[in-house]
Amino acid sequence: MAEGELHIEHLHKAYGDHVVLDDINLVVEPGEVVVVIGPSGCGKSTLLRCINGLEEIQGGQILLDGDVVDGSSKDIASLRAKLGMVFQSYELFPHKTVLENVTLAPTVVQKRPKDEVEAEAIALLERVGLADRAKDFPRQLSGGQKQRVALARALAMKPEILLLDEITAALDPEMVHEVLDVILSLAREGKTMIIVTHEMSFARAVADRIIFIDEGAIVEEAAPADFFDNPTTERAQKFLRTFEYEK
Amino acid sequence: MDLLGLLGLDVLLKGTNALRLLGGLWVAVRVSLISVAFSIVGGLLFGIFMTWKNPLAKVISRLYLEVVRIMPQLVLLFIVFFGGTRALGLNIDAELSAIIVFSFWGIGEMGDLVRGALESIPKHQYEAAEALGLNRAQMYRHVVIPLAVRRLIPMSINLVTRMIKTTSLIMMIGVVEVMKVGQQIIEANRMTSPNAVFGIYGIILLLYFVACWPISKLGEHLERKWAA
Repeated sequence: MAEGELHIEHLHKAYGDHVVLDDINLVVEPGEVVVVIGPSGCGKSTLLRCINGLEEIQGGQILLDGDVVDGSSKDIASLRAKLGMVFQSYELFPHKTVLENVTLAPTVVQKRPKDEVEAEAIALLERVGLADRAKDFPRQLSGGQKQRVALARALAMKPEILLLDEITAALDPEMVHEVLDVILSLAREGKTMIIVTHEMSFARAVADRIIFIDEGAIVEEAAPADFFDNPTTERAQKFLRTFEYEK
Repeated sequence: MDLLGLLGLDVLLKGTNALRLLGGLWVAVRVSLISVAFSIVGGLLFGIFMTWKNPLAKVISRLYLEVVRIMPQLVLLFIVFFGGTRALGLNIDAELSAIIVFSFWGIGEMGDLVRGALESIPKHQYEAAEALGLNRAQMYRHVVIPLAVRRLIPMSINLVTRMIKTTSLIMMIGVVEVMKVGQQIIEANRMTSPNAVFGIYGIILLLYFVACWPISKLGEHLERKWAA
């Protein structure tokens, strides 16, 4: 199996009797950008959390480079280092500066030399346009800036796959663009990403493939142009209509 | 009678009275500092123990905490100092008894503060650390404990000042601390300086203030510094 290849086979996730994800099958190829969309509560965020081993799964399996992702196993930390995750609410560490947020995992988990990691971190912060804020604390940043730092923090681990969980949902509209521009440039470089989002025009621009999930199951899977212009299932058509307004 | 005599402060100038009072304060502060050191170390461990989901751990920590909260410190002092000698045949020195009781109290209360601080850290902070590939030890060392300590400091400072103030009880088991020294000075000078009772206790009040105020200021400073 190639590096950064993700296989999800018959994934089943439930809280007691409540089934959240039912028989999910998905293969993500290296360099591919998969955008997962669907109504609120359909299970798309849970899917990302399962991929990262943050949720226990009740059936099926998730394989990264052929290794089983299991949140309770001892080796989960090394698997997670290959999966960068960015959360809706940024979750920067409030007691650490911007730079320390970015350098923490590479120095502590990968045990790489500090000066090398810092140089890389500065380069990453430059890339997200925040090198001048390296010494600031997260509380001094705006939401959009925090989210860009969170992206730099995830990228610092050089993950094979980036998991983005509704990363613009908590942002003011004028800050959404600055974050999504970074993602678009990552996509152009061939970064493998699985993105959960409610930004339809962004989904269309960034995705190689759209996965539409409803009620815990994959309902439709298509190239973005096909999905947005000619959705084949009734549920996808209904979902897409909720984004349109008529007077 | 001059002003010093009127306020009962003249006795301070007699012999080594002023120095003796400071010596007494040092005894009180020494007992508190040693107990605080035990309480911080023990309280950290007890606090982590309190977050365990195990039912037996929950019963034990609940019981311990209730005993600490319900029992007056004076009763605990008597149990350890007098009871310990009678029932167990141990000859525990009064100051050691005080340190045992204060540590027993401090570990319980500090543990509860540590538990509160640990539980107040949002679940997502743990997840963010996990998602970056940190293992449990690394997560506690770099994220959870630094955050918990920041939340802990203001509340534990409050506990430390309460401990210093409560050392005034340990004269009841014969520790000659600042209150006891004050009493001795007042008794010895009852005929010549009848107003010493006002002056000496007033000075003792000031001494407690001098011991507690910087600590309380430090707490305020750290609280402001870390306000996120």
